[in-house]
Amino acid sequence: MLFEMGGKTMKLKTALAAGVALAVALMAGAASAADMKIGLVVKSLGNGFFEAANKGAQEAAKELGGVEIIYTGPTTTTAEGQIEVINALIAQGVNAIAISANDPDAVVPALKKAAQRGIKVISWDSGVAPAGRILQLNPSSNELIGKMCLQLAADHLEGGKGDFAILSATTTSTNQNIWIGEMKKQLKDFPGLKLVTTVYGDDLSDKSYREAQGLLTAHPDVKVIVAPTTVGVLAASQAVKDAGKIGQVYVTGLGLPSEMAGAIKSGATKEFAIWNPIDLGYTATQISYHLVKGDTDGKPGSEIEAGRMGKIKVGANGEAAMGDPFVYNAGNIDQFSKVF
Amino acid sequence: MTTQTPETRNPAPAEGSAPRRAIPDRLGTPFARILRRWEVLLFGVAVAIFIANALASPYFLNIWNLSDATFNFTEKALIAFAMALLVISGEIDLSVAAIIALASTAMGAAAQAGIGTAGLVAIGLGVGLGCGLVNGFLVSVMRLPSIVVTIGTMSLYRGISYIVLGDQAYGGYPESFAFFGQGYVLGPISFEFALFAVAAILFSVLLHATNFGRQVFVIGNNDFAARFSGIPVERVKFILFLLTGLMSGIAAICLTSRLGSTRPSIAQGWELEVVTMVVLGGVSILGGAGTIGGVVIAAFVMGLVTFGLGLLNVPGIVMSIFIGLLLIVTIALPIIAGRIKAMGKS
Repeated sequence: MLFEMGGKTMKLKTALAAGVALAVALMAGAASAADMKIGLVVKSLGNGFFEAANKGAQEAAKELGGVEIIYTGPTTTTAEGQIEVINALIAQGVNAIAISANDPDAVVPALKKAAQRGIKVISWDSGVAPAGRILQLNPSSNELIGKMCLQLAADHLEGGKGDFAILSATTTSTNQNIWIGEMKKQLKDFPGLKLVTTVYGDDLSDKSYREAQGLLTAHPDVKVIVAPTTVGVLAASQAVKDAGKIGQVYVTGLGLPSEMAGAIKSGATKEFAIWNPIDLGYTATQISYHLVKGDTDGKPGSEIEAGRMGKIKVGANGEAAMGDPFVYNAGNIDQFSKVF
Repeated sequence: MTTQTPETRNPAPAEGSAPRRAIPDRLGTPFARILRRWEVLLFGVAVAIFIANALASPYFLNIWNLSDATFNFTEKALIAFAMALLVISGEIDLSVAAIIALASTAMGAAAQAGIGTAGLVAIGLGVGLGCGLVNGFLVSVMRLPSIVVTIGTMSLYRGISYIVLGDQAYGGYPESFAFFGQGYVLGPISFEFALFAVAAILFSVLLHATNFGRQVFVIGNNDFAARFSGIPVERVKFILFLLTGLMSGIAAICLTSRLGSTRPSIAQGWELEVVTMVVLGGVSILGGAGTIGGVVIAAFVMGLVTFGLGLLNVPGIVMSIFIGLLLIVTIALPIIAGRIKAMGKS
């Protein structure tokens, strides 16, 4: 019986094909305006972060020329929804897919199918298991994040000289511990900086606030608090503001523009850093383009040209770091606080 | 399915399946009556969507693309067939997606323990049946309303998956297990599509050509009368819950195999899509009426709409709006038609 079902679809197809042929030909003619189609698949539509990434992708497409960006994603953040989107992109014969995955494993079979049909697949932001992609584009690397945190601390101190303290998340937070480790390792490159102490606010607003207050009273020489966590940096800014120490003690670290806009306005912080989604979308598009063009195979060790972002180096496990975290200050905070 | 033998002494159901109210014996020509059927209307919609898709996208009329598109609905349709019977009998099962999650989690745990493909399939089916058994027991034996029971078990089954897995995932399924969700039987006909076709035929026969099927209609039309006619109402409902659990287990095997991994959020929200498919297929949400053919066409309509709009890169939310409108029209049309008819009479 199943063969009959299949036959029915085919017959219907043949019957329709004749009448449709002309329209199809017209459509195909219209569709060939762009030489290359890149599918930018996001976790879900209607998210400011991804809208910003799309902006960057469009910028790259314009720069490269002849590239059409298909910005798409499911309505809810499900792997099943992304698979439907991937299938639709495969059917359209896109040249590349750049995906921020809802599930690193569940999308692998669908992406493998895409690769079999000659589509170049990369992941960015939220990665895919190595079997499903050529490379994963991370917004930054641990080394660069550690360096950026020190650079921010030095920028807040006159002549880059003075004491600073770290306000971290929990003592067991993997990311924060790696970043603090990197900071300590690179401290020798910033001879003016002196790390006084590290305290832990457990990524809880109230505990982080109290720890920051403690720092202010126990270590009056500390001029900068560096918090490599979005919760900590916000709480410390509030503590500095409430203690009336704006201008004497500065707060910096990794934060979200939407949350940190107030701290920039009050002067508790001059600048802080985090990844820039626009650059991420831009770089993902640049990499996809060069993979399709065949300029590079994207294997570990290769270097890929990425326009204004410079050369992107692919490291072990097919992971690539885009660059330094992006610095936000009074000049650009209004633009980005609307985005994420 | 062999339970009808004791009831053969009671031939009443055969006649009793007609609705209680107005029993129109001959109205219009047979041709006019066929045209007025919901399934025919829906088939027209399906054909229209097919043609519109073919005109709108040059990629639509490709047999492999169409084959890919069937994956959008086959798993949901497998459950929808059993759900249709359940809805016709006046009950509902909202725990089907949670059953997928639990069955998939159990299969994932078993795969980690090194159990082979045959064992995994058995576990998937077993967990599905087990969940159906719990639902059936609570509804048929404890006499609780099915909507309350299955909203409860929906949280229960998925909750267990979340406790077991948390933010982790199970992977590492055997190579041969991939066949159920990624394999092809013949050319572009996938295993899932073949399963869908076979299930459609089996459920059509069960509902429209067996004593059991007629009993389902009678129960849905008038539960009370059915009891007086000697139909083992509770037993029929119990079997329907078992069947829905089993089909959810089968869908879990297909979906897990297609994804190649298990997370507790697997198949999130599918219960509503399955119910949508059933209602769109012309099954009365109040019970007592509906056909498997209608559900088959509804499955194609939903699959074609999703795939066709996806090809045009229309955001998913527009598809949701389209399906929502279609659903409202489905429910509204017969009611409005009935009112116009009543107005004409008075």
